[in-house]
Amino acid sequence: MSYIRKPVARHPSLRPNALGLTLRDYEGAMSTMCAGCGHDSITAAIVRAFHETDTPPHMVAKLSGIGCSSKTPTYFLSGAHGFNSAHGRMPAIATGAAAANRALTLIGVSGDGDSLSIGIGQMSHAIRRNVNMLYVLENNGVYGLTKGQFSASADRGSKSKRGEPNTQQSIDPVMLALSLGATFVARSFSGDKDQLVPILKAGLAHRGFALVDVVSPCVTFNDHDGSTKSYLYTRAHQEAAIEMSFVPHRDEIVAEYAAGTTRDVAMHDGSVVRFSKVPEGYDPTDRRSVIDWLVEHQSTGAVPTGLLFLDPDANPEMHEASKTPETPLTDLPYESLCPGAAALESLQRGYR
Amino acid sequence: MHQGGLTGLPSGPYVEAPSGPNDFALKLANVNGTGSASANALLMQAIFRMGIPVSGKNLFPSNIQGLPTWYEIRVNASGHTARTARYDLMVAMNAETYAADIAEVRSGGWVLYDSTGPLKKSLQRSDVTFLGVPYARLCLESFAGARERTLMKNIVYVGTLAALLDFDMSVLSGMLDEKFGKKPALRESNARAIQIGYDWAKEHVDCPLPIRLERMSATADSILIDGNTATALGCLYAGATVAGWYPITPSTSVLDAFKTLCERYRVDEQTGEQRYCIVQAEDELAAIGMVIGATWAGARAFTATSGPGISLMGELVGLAYYAEIPAVIIDVQRVGPSTGMPTRTQQGDILLCAYASHGDTKHVLLFPSNPAECFHFAVAAFDLAERFQTPVFMLSDLDIGMNDWVVPKLEWNDDYRPDRGRVLTRDEIAALPKFTRYSPEDKLAVAARTVPGVHEKGAFFTRGSGHNKLGGYTEIPEEYAEVMERLSRKHRAAGAHVPAAVIEKRPGAKFGVITLGGCDLAVREALEQLGKRGVNADYMRIRAFPFGEDVEAFLESHDHFFVVEQNRDAQLRALLVLETPVAKEKLLSVLAYGGFPLQARQVVEGILAQLPDIEDPDVADRRERTRRAS
Repeated sequence: MSYIRKPVARHPSLRPNALGLTLRDYEGAMSTMCAGCGHDSITAAIVRAFHETDTPPHMVAKLSGIGCSSKTPTYFLSGAHGFNSAHGRMPAIATGAAAANRALTLIGVSGDGDSLSIGIGQMSHAIRRNVNMLYVLENNGVYGLTKGQFSASADRGSKSKRGEPNTQQSIDPVMLALSLGATFVARSFSGDKDQLVPILKAGLAHRGFALVDVVSPCVTFNDHDGSTKSYLYTRAHQEAAIEMSFVPHRDEIVAEYAAGTTRDVAMHDGSVVRFSKVPEGYDPTDRRSVIDWLVEHQSTGAVPTGLLFLDPDANPEMHEASKTPETPLTDLPYESLCPGAAALESLQRGYR
Repeated sequence: MHQGGLTGLPSGPYVEAPSGPNDFALKLANVNGTGSASANALLMQAIFRMGIPVSGKNLFPSNIQGLPTWYEIRVNASGHTARTARYDLMVAMNAETYAADIAEVRSGGWVLYDSTGPLKKSLQRSDVTFLGVPYARLCLESFAGARERTLMKNIVYVGTLAALLDFDMSVLSGMLDEKFGKKPALRESNARAIQIGYDWAKEHVDCPLPIRLERMSATADSILIDGNTATALGCLYAGATVAGWYPITPSTSVLDAFKTLCERYRVDEQTGEQRYCIVQAEDELAAIGMVIGATWAGARAFTATSGPGISLMGELVGLAYYAEIPAVIIDVQRVGPSTGMPTRTQQGDILLCAYASHGDTKHVLLFPSNPAECFHFAVAAFDLAERFQTPVFMLSDLDIGMNDWVVPKLEWNDDYRPDRGRVLTRDEIAALPKFTRYSPEDKLAVAARTVPGVHEKGAFFTRGSGHNKLGGYTEIPEEYAEVMERLSRKHRAAGAHVPAAVIEKRPGAKFGVITLGGCDLAVREALEQLGKRGVNADYMRIRAFPFGEDVEAFLESHDHFFVVEQNRDAQLRALLVLETPVAKEKLLSVLAYGGFPLQARQVVEGILAQLPDIEDPDVADRRERTRRAS
């Protein structure tokens, strides 16, 4: 980690958003990640995404499990409630928080150990339940805090720092999420902020579970030759296959594209995801075509990135399926929850 | 001790009062999946409606169809409705278990069996009366279709018993009206089946038997309810909006009932909106996580499970304890360890729940003794969880949870408002110079909390990692210990706010008997039996942990106590030894943990067998030395 204090003074060039808040207001405590850690870049992208979407910090709940990535919610949005929970258990805790107060904007930050090993069950079921949250999986293929063991996302053949090759098949969170019926699936790279920020913004606007798998190299334990999650390897193999922009509902769409080259997908909050470049024959709203393309393309060793799949209407979000009111359950007056003495009296006539 | 006259008291075999009107026990031996459960419930409910104290215990296998299952009904005018294994009448409907079932009937009792086929000579006993009813033949003659014939056999024995035991036929008829009001064909066939059984008995037996029913009015202000339904009602009335759960016997019906109740009372008539969110989780790890997430966000939330689920929840229970997040956990106990016996009852999770999770943790436990207490304690659990910002376990068990009990009608006070504890409002947060999560503390050692979505100044980081009293991450020993010390004080403070023990003093009492939960009825009955033998004891039923001052004072009132509980390792006794100043020599155990509900007989025999020990310390000493030597 670095030990330079952040300046308290605000640079006059910091642009306030619609709430009058600057980027600074979306930052958190000083990071304790290793210098050069991909996670810090993701944190910076998250800060931008919240700022640019004019999200009130106090309406955000940021949750995480255990691991390097799970420490990062401390480093953004100090005005939001945070919950650094237990290893692999963040999805369930987020599910409970979402059930209680649907007005909150939930962001879960997790890692490949947290999400794909100990927490693969919970993440899978949160996807299946379509909990309304942005789920950022900071993927470095390695256990950092315990010093360099392979994680479940390490590719077969990828080498550890000591030179040992990984012999087991990796779990790809993108393919997993697609097979589980996820409604928003993206992959990005911590070193590509221009791509990551709009994806995160779209993920925040998405009603339902938005999975963003971000390859985020571990500079200490997995950035060497022979690793398939290093900066060098990722830069060489990343392929920004799907390009998109996020257009918030208040903005008019002004950019001009040649006819037939763009594809707009309307989000439930009125915003639009505009796909400006996709591979030929690729339909980002057609699960089958996305899966087929990825299977074929990834077999060559490429790391395709972008908002790979989006279908806001594929599955109802947890609250829609539960038919809960728009008013958060936490805001319902007790009187509307307790049937009262008279009802109990009459109910008990049936217990005779 | 000696001068009290304990010496020379009868310590012979347990003798139960002879049976008679409104004082007898039936056992019904069935095959599961044949529809016997509804017939048996019908019998029990009819007795209840005749105003007579009654209990029904379903002793069922962990299976869907084809295995032996039993139902026991005990009728007792004095209200002693704990389980008894002294059966006056056996309804033997399962040829597979004839031998064991017939052997269990008391001498002088009756066996009702299907005489369509002959009864093997080897099964016959000269000291009981065999009443052979040709159930299969009667049903074959009167009903069409294999399924109906099987089902109706059960209803025919209801009719036979109605004649033998002198049921009020208008009560039975009224119940059929209610049950089959909208299905006249079914009502007719059930009524016909009852009539067939009734007529057969009237024609062939001198009805009624000496054990018979006589109308009373002892249950006029009572209801018939199982503990899981009552628990669900408590959760509904407490205002719980979120439930995370995973199906597990014997707790599943808590959530089934909660869902049914919510559908009835929490659905908006116009919009169809549901003012609740029940999430069936992928496992208990997630179920408790959902509860913690929901309470952290400001809702009242709960889960219901059984021992195996508690084992899985241990991890996050520790998180909730350390991060001080309310959680209500209903543990409907079954027989452990491991999968154990899922359809049998036990009180084996006391220590597990008291100290669930790694590190130094201590929880608040509530021990309801019957469904009425399940209702009230469930409400109390939410108040305690929020007041003390901690997990609260309510330990029910299979016997309480899944059997129908006769309990006083549930009362509700409309003035009740949830005690949300110290949750800061928007204005309160705004008025603070700076919010810190774990200080300052109040008299109960509780600090104020905030929930997300209220005010930016209330934001803080919840963590299960080491934290100081401001909520900041720490690895400094003193800062860590300061918080841990407060948590310990907080737990002790809860002792004055949990339900007090029920204590009953008896004149001339020479020792005390301590118990908890569903042992209540059997222990009370045992104390009455002992009293008749001149052995008087004071009684204390512990209703919660941490123990209050009342518990400690009671432990000083005698030199010896018997702790009656349903587990092998004397877990309540262990908890008393660990958590009160009582000397462990003062506590003797009476344990019954095989999986069936406790009987008074087991308590009386357990106490009488150990009386010499407390009369003569040398005897106890010798025994202890022998035990160690072996």
